[in-house]
Amino acid sequence: MSEPMATRDAYGKALAELGAQNPNIVVLDADLSKSTKTALFGERFPERFFNMGIAEQNMIGVAAGLAAAGKIPFASTFAVFAPGRVFDQIRNSIAYADLNVKIAASHAGLTVGADGASHQAVEDIALVRAIPHMTVIVPADGEQARQAVFAAAQHHGPVYLRLGRPKVPVVYDQEHRFQIGRADQLRTGDDVAIIACGLMVSLALQAADQLAAEGIAASVINMATIKPLDIGAVVRAAKTCGAVVTAEEHNIIGGLGSAVAEALGEFYPVPLRRVGIQDQFGQSGEPDELLAHYGMTAEHIAMAAREAVARKV
Amino acid sequence: MSAEELTLTARAQRIRRHIIRMTAAAGSGHPGGSLSCVEILVNLYFRIMRIDPARPDWPDRDRFVLSKGHAAPALYATLAERGFFPTTQLTTLRKWGSMLQGHPDAKRTPGVEASTGSLGQGLSMAVGMALAGRVDKKDFRVFALLGDGESEEGQIWEAAMAGAHYRLSNLVAYLDFNRLQVDGRIEDVMSPTPLADRWRAFGWAVHEIDGHDLTALAQVTERALAEAQGPQLILAHTKKGKGVSFMEDAIDWHGVAPNAEQARQALRELGGEDE
Ligand SMILES: Cc1ncc(C[n+]2csc(CCOP(=O)(O)OP(=O)(O)O)c2C)c(N)n1
Ligand SMILES: [Mg+2]
Repeated sequence: MSEPMATRDAYGKALAELGAQNPNIVVLDADLSKSTKTALFGERFPERFFNMGIAEQNMIGVAAGLAAAGKIPFASTFAVFAPGRVFDQIRNSIAYADLNVKIAASHAGLTVGADGASHQAVEDIALVRAIPHMTVIVPADGEQARQAVFAAAQHHGPVYLRLGRPKVPVVYDQEHRFQIGRADQLRTGDDVAIIACGLMVSLALQAADQLAAEGIAASVINMATIKPLDIGAVVRAAKTCGAVVTAEEHNIIGGLGSAVAEALGEFYPVPLRRVGIQDQFGQSGEPDELLAHYGMTAEHIAMAAREAVARKV
Repeated sequence: MSAEELTLTARAQRIRRHIIRMTAAAGSGHPGGSLSCVEILVNLYFRIMRIDPARPDWPDRDRFVLSKGHAAPALYATLAERGFFPTTQLTTLRKWGSMLQGHPDAKRTPGVEASTGSLGQGLSMAVGMALAGRVDKKDFRVFALLGDGESEEGQIWEAAMAGAHYRLSNLVAYLDFNRLQVDGRIEDVMSPTPLADRWRAFGWAVHEIDGHDLTALAQVTERALAEAQGPQLILAHTKKGKGVSFMEDAIDWHGVAPNAEQARQALRELGGEDE
């Protein structure tokens, strides 16, 4: 997989592959199967694919019922709708009973693009992260998304898998071994640690290159599992570098930046800068235009890193 | 009245007495909507459902989802009477450490199939269970119990649409048509009626009966299961608080427990203290 690929495309392909291996996999969608890419599964396994129509609350409840009867449901729509529209159903029908439902939401974050703010989920991680029993995964590229699908199916319990619309650069080859709850150190440096997730991981690597040119050695850590957070990796990075930057395509309130801040605050406080959406809604535009406007490019990450380094005591 | 029915009638009264004792002991809970659905539960658990209390997770069992989760006392009392756990547990309802939580918790209580309490969600779960039965080519049936006030939730109608779309002939929903919700009579708060017409319009076969008539409940359920081409809705006309004079059709007895004196009077009306 050396071509840039959208994590939603990787999801769709992996799901069809998984369906061939495991007859217990069932898939639900809410009239967006062409966009979420569950249609691939639907074509191959029509008897295990349920289009629930534009009725997301019911879709989540039906997924709960399927799981209660022993199936492994993957339920997909856009992230603004699940968890956005169905928080109560995820909480009460799925998570409370610890049911084995995977919510794979695509079109998360600003990079939905032209559809604008109504379709750009900037708070979905915050919603699901606060629900007990929930595992939250934000893959960085196509290969990691593919592996996350299999890992989610292996894991018993509710999982939120956050997927994106645009193609993202390759971070991993097939040698990668994704593991739920384990951060992946992509670059090692001891001046500053950049902890990123999703498409911000490849931007963090670019930022590290820029910083290296200035003599600042940055660690880059892909925190693909937001929950359970790899607290050990966060603390190690803080001890080694003494300054941390987080980068996420999400509101800085409630997402990766918050999770890392919580861990640092409790276990090893060091200067922290959070790159992400600064508590705003998005708007229409091309993904690159949006990331630039909202302060989420490699340059912004590098700038935040310099500030964090300058604040070291 | 057949001998079987006599015992079922007696069983229903015992369950009503449990409900009174449980809510009185807890000092809180929902007696009104629990008392209104007792015959529906007795018919299912003692006559219709293929279940084995010794094996609550037997994969081929019939399933019941209490969508109106606040009627948990009625469900717990029925499960205990049916042998899922000892009736001595019942008065731990709502107490610290009890397996009988304020609302049904499928993780804690043997025989409870779905965690409910947030209204409007149970029918969707029942639809999912019925779909799983179809995928697995199993012949278990799925039953659900909804409230009339609960039918004001949009998700109920999403689930109704899905049940009809997938022609779920293994799904039977009962609707406890007691005409009351928390703030008053359903037609004053937010009328969900005409319920029979609406369910029919959503593609369900509708059967209207007296929800306290055990003979009618048995006949209509058996017919619904035998003839089913798709999902079945049994619109059960009931009385909230049924069996206790001062609770019957009384708005105020939705979510208030009887005090000791009220419990004594209720138990007298329900055939006295037993055991
Ligand atoms: C989503 C949701 N909203 C509100 C409540 C609070 N509540 C508990 S019972 C109830 C009324 C239910 O009325 P109905 O469905 O008619 O039940 P019954 O009369 O059978 O008790 C309400 C509003 C709830 N449990 N869930
Ligand atoms: Mg009612």
